[in-house]
Amino acid sequence: MPEHEFVAADPDKCVGCGICEYICSMQKGHPFNPLYSRIRFVRIYPIVNLGVTCRLCEDAPCVIACPRKALEQSKENGVILVDEDKCDGCGWCIEACEFGAITLDPEKKVVHVCDLCEGEPQPKCVEWCPEEALELTTRDRLAKKARVSAVRKLLLETIT
Amino acid sequence: MFGYAGKILHVDLSNGKTATEPLEEDFAKAYIGGTGFGVKTLLDHQKPNVDPFDPENPLIFALGPMAGTMVPAMGSKYGVFSKSPESNLFGEAYSTGFWGAELRRAGYDIIVIKGKSKKPVYLWIDDEAVQIMDAANLWGQTTWEAEDIIRKDLGDPYVRVASIGQAGENLVRVGCIMNDRTRAAGRTGLGAVMGSKKLKAVAVRGSHDVQVADPDGLAEFCKELYERCRGPSTRKYRTLGTAENVLVHNRLACLPTRNWQSATFEGAETISGEYLLEHFVVKIQACSACPMRCEHIAYIPEGPFKGTYGRMEYQPIYAWGSCCGVDRLEGVIKAVEQCDLYGVDAISTGVIVAFAMECYEKGLITKDDTGGLELNFGSWEDMPKMVRKIALREDVGDVLAEGVKRASEKMGGGSEKFAMHIKGVEMTGYDIRGLKTAALGYAVSRRGADHQRHGAYGVDISGKVNRFKVGKGRGKIVMDGEDFYCIADSMIICKFTRGIWQGPYDDLAKTYTLVTGIPMTPEELYKAGERISNLARLYNMREGLTRADDTLPYRVMQLPIPDGIAKGSRVTKKELNFLLDDYYETRGWTREGVPTQEKLKELELDAYFKIVEKKVKEEKVKVKVRSRSKKEVSKDA
Repeated sequence: MPEHEFVAADPDKCVGCGICEYICSMQKGHPFNPLYSRIRFVRIYPIVNLGVTCRLCEDAPCVIACPRKALEQSKENGVILVDEDKCDGCGWCIEACEFGAITLDPEKKVVHVCDLCEGEPQPKCVEWCPEEALELTTRDRLAKKARVSAVRKLLLETIT
Repeated sequence: MFGYAGKILHVDLSNGKTATEPLEEDFAKAYIGGTGFGVKTLLDHQKPNVDPFDPENPLIFALGPMAGTMVPAMGSKYGVFSKSPESNLFGEAYSTGFWGAELRRAGYDIIVIKGKSKKPVYLWIDDEAVQIMDAANLWGQTTWEAEDIIRKDLGDPYVRVASIGQAGENLVRVGCIMNDRTRAAGRTGLGAVMGSKKLKAVAVRGSHDVQVADPDGLAEFCKELYERCRGPSTRKYRTLGTAENVLVHNRLACLPTRNWQSATFEGAETISGEYLLEHFVVKIQACSACPMRCEHIAYIPEGPFKGTYGRMEYQPIYAWGSCCGVDRLEGVIKAVEQCDLYGVDAISTGVIVAFAMECYEKGLITKDDTGGLELNFGSWEDMPKMVRKIALREDVGDVLAEGVKRASEKMGGGSEKFAMHIKGVEMTGYDIRGLKTAALGYAVSRRGADHQRHGAYGVDISGKVNRFKVGKGRGKIVMDGEDFYCIADSMIICKFTRGIWQGPYDDLAKTYTLVTGIPMTPEELYKAGERISNLARLYNMREGLTRADDTLPYRVMQLPIPDGIAKGSRVTKKELNFLLDDYYETRGWTREGVPTQEKLKELELDAYFKIVEKKVKEEKVKVKVRSRSKKEVSKDA
């Protein structure tokens, strides 16, 4: 099975502008309201910034945790599908997610997870991030990139 | 309503009552937001001539129409307005970060806070639920501690907090309001007004969407604006930041040094933007919805101030660097951090300490007064400790807490001659002795010494005019700058993005309509800028301003710049009068700088003419008498 692609943020590039939240919430019909955004950024003062969203874990703990079987992981692309009729907002999945990537709809009291902007050419947050800090990627591709940049830092930059 | 939340919140801290009223569309269109809302609300809600610390002096928070949206760098701007305890005139200060966007989502455009609480409180705005909370555990804490404690007490790390430090509590006249740790509504001492009301903080959480009139049109236009935000017009802010000015100003001899004794600094290199970026900046980050991002966070890796973080800009580097004769950025970064913690305006406080240094060198204050601190120019290690002394009013800090104008009056000994302020507000970092368009802008600025009300230094520095000479037409440059900046501060845009707005009124009017759905032409917006400028003048005149107050510090007029390419330059009384005459005439005001009935009618401000009616009449009589007596003299001759 090919690895799932998910939206990852680069902490060196992320500046904490929150444009990803605005674009996401707009896409989901709640303009400029981070409470409805599937990606949330966190700033730890003074200088740590990071956008956080669903990692599309394999054997996703949120799916396992749901007592009403309202969550299901897509076989096709791995996104977590929420059946809003079954979900009663109990919050077990929220607790199970180690990344805080699941949020509760303040009005409807059902949960929301990143769906990679199904139907769009690419996730809106990736398209709009002005720092190119967000990308649609896999763990394997992240590892390759990290490897190359580590070697560059360790060797190339000391040589040249 | 679109864009605007459509609601004004009134809070009376004397009786604990809160109320809301709708924001009317006519009012919104005529005054736009920010400054416009601030001036109009203050004029209408403040009893004339009250003391700034009187419970009757309202403290006003106002947003622009774009706050809480994706419009670049407008996302979280907010303005604070009140009668200033520094100038006793119009007080205004702007901040950004994330607090403003939260207030918009909570559903408000303006907050008007009146009265005075008996005990320390903070305001907790949770959408429609507005509560006045006990702040006993917050009083005496720094702004950062206050922010952390409130978030912890309310159990939500996403709550946004604007608070005062100990300075505001102690009615230090340069006390400011801080939000999101590093962002300040800094100038004109509004933190002290907040302190006088025993109001420690305003905490906000909002859960509403921000509906805009044309979401698709806005998104499309914003995509283009975001591109421009990454283009040449914002290069400076994205790379070296405003600290780039240090070496530029030094070359032009407009870097005020050692409390304005000279205009070039031999230590400029090591306080430059280039040096800062190479040795101290560890992160450049953004405010809400800003693709430009300019917040340069510096970190001190070693030495006595190891571990300190500070948000760096040119203005505090001028105030704590060249103005204090300090060539070590560690001292500057530490001082800035202390200012943010204790809640004082980092510009004014640096200029106050520079003033104290000159007093110290001249023997007007001694080590007994400073509590043992070394206060010669250049004392970078002891300098940051002065912030705490001023905020807590310890030793000489008690006098200095009053600002340089009042401190020099108390101290005497000729110190008035080197108290660098206009209208009681300390000078910002442009040596206007050799920037004569800017000199006019500073002299007439409604909030006292200020480059941010007009931006008139631009034409001087770029060489569009001969900066060492005065001439006809400078009045028009300053007026246009002021009216545009009125719109900039009403919309409220971040001025660092001013270059991305084409027209600039065309793009701003277009954005206004996309967001609010209210039709707006560039001409209407231009007129609104002039309207707001005039209304602020009326407010200031009501509170006692006259032509004599539109002046410059003694040193700017009497002490020529001794060094650099601006050597010998100063602004004489004759030059200042020439500039003022030109400016008042261009504005359509009287010779004494009073808005006329015709001008006010043109701006739909007739209702406010009564404020200055008497002054205009008296001036007419004086002019008649003068011309008659002249005639008689000529007849006699």
